[in-house]
This record gives sequence, C-alpha cells and structure tokens, in this order.
Amino acid sequence: MTAASSTGADASTEVPLKRRLRRAERARQVKALALVLPLLVFLLFTFAGPIAGMLWRSVGDREVRQVLPQTVAALADWNGKDLPDEKAYAALASDILAAHASGTIAIAAKRLNYALNGFRTILSSTARNLKTMPEPGMARETLGKINPAWRERATWATIKDASGPVTGFYLLSALDLTRNVEGAIIAAPPDQAIYRDIFVRTFLISLSVTVLCLILGFPVAYLLAALPPGRSNLLMIFVLLPFWTSLLVRTCAWIVLLQGKGVVNDSLLWLGIIDEPLRLIYNRFGVCVAMTHVLLPFMILPLYSSMKAISPAYMRAAASLGAPPLTAFLRIYLPQTLPGIGAGSLLVFILALGYYITPALVGGAADQMISYFIALYTTETANWGLASALGGVLLLATVLLALVYGKLVQGQQVTGGMKN
Amino acid sequence: MLMRKIVLGFAAALTASAALATVAQARDLTVVSWGGAYQDAQKKVYFEPFKKAAGVPMNDESWDGGVGVLRAKVQGGAATWDVVQVESDELAVGCEEGLFEKLDYSKIGGETAYIPPAVNPCGVGAILYDFVLGYDKDKLKEAPKGWADFFDTKKIPGKRALRQGPKTTLEIALMADGVAPKDVYKVLATDEGVERAFKKLDTIKGDIVWWKAGAQPPQLLASGEVAMTSVYNGRIDTANKNEKKNFGMVWDGALFTIDTWVILKGSPNKDAAYKFLDFVGKAENQSKLSENIAYGTSNKDAAALLAPAVLKDLPTAPDNIKNAVEINVAFWLENIDRLTERFNKWAAK
Repeated sequence: MTAASSTGADASTEVPLKRRLRRAERARQVKALALVLPLLVFLLFTFAGPIAGMLWRSVGDREVRQVLPQTVAALADWNGKDLPDEKAYAALASDILAAHASGTIAIAAKRLNYALNGFRTILSSTARNLKTMPEPGMARETLGKINPAWRERATWATIKDASGPVTGFYLLSALDLTRNVEGAIIAAPPDQAIYRDIFVRTFLISLSVTVLCLILGFPVAYLLAALPPGRSNLLMIFVLLPFWTSLLVRTCAWIVLLQGKGVVNDSLLWLGIIDEPLRLIYNRFGVCVAMTHVLLPFMILPLYSSMKAISPAYMRAAASLGAPPLTAFLRIYLPQTLPGIGAGSLLVFILALGYYITPALVGGAADQMISYFIALYTTETANWGLASALGGVLLLATVLLALVYGKLVQGQQVTGGMKN
Repeated sequence: MLMRKIVLGFAAALTASAALATVAQARDLTVVSWGGAYQDAQKKVYFEPFKKAAGVPMNDESWDGGVGVLRAKVQGGAATWDVVQVESDELAVGCEEGLFEKLDYSKIGGETAYIPPAVNPCGVGAILYDFVLGYDKDKLKEAPKGWADFFDTKKIPGKRALRQGPKTTLEIALMADGVAPKDVYKVLATDEGVERAFKKLDTIKGDIVWWKAGAQPPQLLASGEVAMTSVYNGRIDTANKNEKKNFGMVWDGALFTIDTWVILKGSPNKDAAYKFLDFVGKAENQSKLSENIAYGTSNKDAAALLAPAVLKDLPTAPDNIKNAVEINVAFWLENIDRLTERFNKWAAK
C-alpha cells in the first residue's frame, strides 16, 4: 500500500480512498462475473458457437478447392470470355486423376451439381474414362472427347464460381438469385425460384396465426383478469392444460377432429348442414387452426398479466367523467394493454415462424413453411450450405422484425398518470 | 489481470473436461434401425438371438434416416453408433463421402451368398421392399389394377395419398401415363418426361393428400380419408395382421429399393459389428424375419426356406417383382435438389 499520488498535496487523503473504492468496485465486478461466467461459457460453447459455425456454412465454399486445387489455381486469371487455355485442361486432368485415386471426386461433384445440374455425371464419367495423364498439349482434346461438356464455357464458369474460399452462391439461391456465365447476378430460372414465395408464405401464416390468437385470446384474458380469483384460477387451468400437453398430441387431435370422416364433418353431415364433407385439413385452414390452438396460451398469458395490472378505478373514473363504455375502453383500457398485446404478438409470431411439425402433419404440399425446407436440406439431401443460408435469411428477417417492434413499442409506451 | 486469470482458468477447465469426454469410451455394440414394427421383428429374430449365440453385448436404437445425421455423427467425432441400416441414397452419398467402413465380405459369408443388388463395397443389403399401391378392400367396390386407376377419379372416386416430394411421385405419374416400368428413368431423364409427369399429376392435384412418414398411409386408409395411397408393402401387411384390417396391394408397377447395413467409419466395435452382420446375413435367420414382417431379404437361399404362403406376399416373390422397378439412386442423387424445387413450385401453384 504505497500512496504514490501525483495529483497534488491537498488530494493526498482522497486518493487512497478513491483507489480503495475503485478496488472494491472491481472486486465486486469480478465476483459478479465469476458467478455468471459458467453460464456465459456454457452458452458460448453450446449455443453461440454452433450457430455461428452453422451460419458460416452458408458462405464457406471449400470442397472444390480441396479436390481440384490445380484447376482452381489455373482458373484464377481466366477471363471467362472464351474457353480456358491448355494449362487449365492439363491441371484439371491431373486433379481428376488424383481425386479419383483418393476417392474424393464425389465431394466436388456434389457441390458443382448444385450450381449446374448434371455436373455429377460429367465429373464421374470423366474420372472413369480418363485412365492416364494426356500427352502434353493434348489435354483439351482428350477431355473434350470424353465429355463434350468440357468444351462449354458454362462448365468452366461453374468451377471458377465454386473456387471459394467464400461464396455468395447459397445466399443468392436462398433469395432466388443466381450468377450467369458473365458473373452478373440474375433471377433464378422460374422452376427453381421458390424460396421467396416460401418466406412470404411463412410470414403470412405466422401473421394470420398471430391475429387469430389476438382475436381469440383478448376476451379470454380479459375474463381471466376480471373474474374473482377462485373462478379465474379454474379458467386458468383450462388455458394451461393444453399448454402442458405435447405439441404432437394436440396436432394429432386436430387430425381426428378435422379429417374427412372426422368429428366435425360427421356432426355437420348428421345435422344436415352440409351434404358432403368439407376439406378442413391438409390445407391452409387446418394449419391455421392447429397452430392457433397450439400458440394461444403464449398470447393469453402476457395479455392477462398486463390486464391484471390495470386498476379498475381508471374505468370507473372514465365513466364518472361521462365517457361511454366503448370510448372508455378504446381510450383508457386498450392503450394500457398495449405492452401485453405487443409481447404476446411478438412471442406468437416468432414461435410461429419456426413451426415445423404442425404444418408437416396438417398442411398440404403448398403449406410447408421455411423450416420444412431447412430440415429437408439438413438431414435428407445434406445440402448444408443452402440449409444454413435459408436459416440465416430467416434469422435476419426475424431480428429485423424484433427491432422494428422494439421501435414501435418505445413510441407507444403509455405512462399512466397515476402510477403508484 | 485477475479477470483474465479467471476466464483462462474456466476455459482451461472446460476444454480439459471436453477432451476427457471425447476420449473413446469402451461401449457396447450399438445397432441402429428404423423402429416400429420392423425393429420389433428384428429384435425378436436378430438382436436377442445374436446376443445369446455370440455372447456379444449389444443395444439397439432407432432413427429416421438422413445422410446429414450420419455425417454429423462421423465428422463430429462422437459417433455413438456402430452398425446402421440406411436407405439406398444414404448408402451412395455416405459411401462417396467416406462415412462408412469398406466391407470385408470374407467375414460375412462371401459376396456370392447374397443377391447381386445387395452387394455394395460400403455395406451389405438387409431387406428389399416396395412402394405399392395400397387400398382398403372393405371400402372399394372395384379393386384398382395399377397406377392408371390411381389417377382415374371417375372410375374410383375419393382422395389419394402420395409421398410428399418428387421421389416416387414422378415415377408413379409416368407409369400411370403409360410408361413401362423399365423405361421410367429413361423418360424421367428428359425435360419432356418431367413435364409429362407433372402434367399427369395436375389431373388429380386437388385430390392428393401428401404423407411424410411411413406410418401415415395405413392411417389415411383406415380413417377413410383416402381411397388409395402409395405405401410401403410391409405396413399394409402389418395392418392386416395386427389391426385386422382388410387392405389390398397392387404389385404391378411397384417401386422397390434395398436397405443396407453399414458400419460407421472409425467404429471401435468393428469385430463385434462383423459378427453381427455375419449372423443377420445367414439364410436361416433371414427367413425368420420374412415370417415376421413381409420384407424380402438379401441372402440367396433365404427364400427357399419359406413356406409358399409366406413367400407369395413378399416383394421378392417372382410374380411380385416381375413388373417392379428399382428406384434409381444415381438419378435421384443427380436431380433431387432441382426436382424438389420444381415439385414445390408446382405444389404452390
């Protein structure tokens, strides 16, 4: 403890105190950090790390570099205007021979096939038929004989575009864009341009489910908040019981209810209201019904908690000042529930965006949401680049929405004049 | 300073414990299959007898397929599985990516013990099964004859179910449109062929229910939701046996495929795995499987040990395989992404 102060004699008593304070403060911070550190490290390793790693796959492009290194190097200064020179052909022949021997050709073939359909066959047939290194100067002719695709500019442009180490290919695909031979970004061919529609579909379904939840949930929450505790607890159990039931069970229950010979259709037929079964499932209607049911508690609970906090005295005061019930509701009650509406809507909307099981079971082929495709490319076809690009776009859109919501809510915050 | 020390200390402790956790632990042989009625049958005739006969401890798990899962297992360096039953496209891609051990057939009875399509450098065939046209005999007055009837809503009214996605759907559409089973992939390889298939699907687009899991088609038939469906033949058989249903199948124009046992790369239980594959490759064991569930098996001599009554309901019975077509793995590897996009474009129209 040496007081090596340099701030002047009159401050000599103050400095150690400042320092002691600082030291105490630092010790407190370290303690606090040490307490949350295990959780932080855990989250970093199990959550943030893997997500970052997965997102990296949407721009990483190493397969072709690894399998065809000489070709990639030879194409580095190719202008793309006409066919590459003999040197590139020789490099390719040597790469293919080496890759065929080590059994890695398929790894590059898979990646190139995403960009140019049929590339898998081009590479594997070339690997099968190329027995030895062509004579010097004969590589172009030999390869062209084995497969005429090597005489096409597009074949080489595809290899160059996939040279890595990073690529925009997957992200462009996820937005229905592609690059042409000249390298300019153009719209993907109509047969392959599906992802924008699917994103729009995902957002539309989520939005309709959110609106439905709000319309159905608001009165229920109001009732819960208004009833005396005993009865509202009973009602609360009705809200929470489905909340605790497995998602799969609830979805399957809807199948039983809504199918052609299901409970709903049979009842309507028996009552003579309809002559033949309505299509209530395996379409958009079924998806919205089942998802609304599954997500309703997420809307009711935040609404209920915000309504619980509103004092009945406000409404009485409004009435005594001569406001008709509707005016009092719209101008006094509703604004105070906005935080609840906002929280519930955001929660439901974001949960709905990632829904997978429910649309898969009760939707038709035209009702699958983006998560279905992410799952398909992750597990089935193992196109991880595209899966992670789709996931990245969804993540970005969700974050943007949350930010917009934050801005809106900030502007809407009601400051009650009678906060106690 | 102190801060950094604490962080470093934590990080060191964490990496040390992680390293300890990934040290290959000695574990029992783990065999992974498809679950459901099929795995129950396998337990009965393969797993339990194998444990007794070989004295090798093993446990079994189930999975839903997907080469991505296997890739994550092997490349993640924490493969907890040894022997896995995979579908043909998982076999092809996994083999290309080096996810499986190259099989030494001398340890499992030699290549000649198996039917030719079951022999693969990366694995050995386990079962042969079909996608067939399934229907409920109690509900249809007139039995469908083939895929053409499947698309004829005048002759047989009601909805139909197909597997969601282009695979099997496009083949079925072409056969319904009059393409012979042996020519299906020749036609599908052309742009006109793909157009033709989608045109045919257009004719019943509003009547199709899309299923995603193998358990759904029997349910859709049982509930009367659909009049006909594409379905795995084993599921029909199981529903008839266990649920006392009266479902029928059409073998004409069926699509068959083979599921294969593979050993995951770097498995610490390779010897036990080979013992297991040898055991389940024997004709006398395989014939017991066919008696329990209606799948054909890979050993050449297994069919000869079966009673004619059992054999007639198997995909491998001569009459049943006569007009069946093998699902073309190479075609789908090349085209699955493009046609999946095309299919979803069509579905959304």
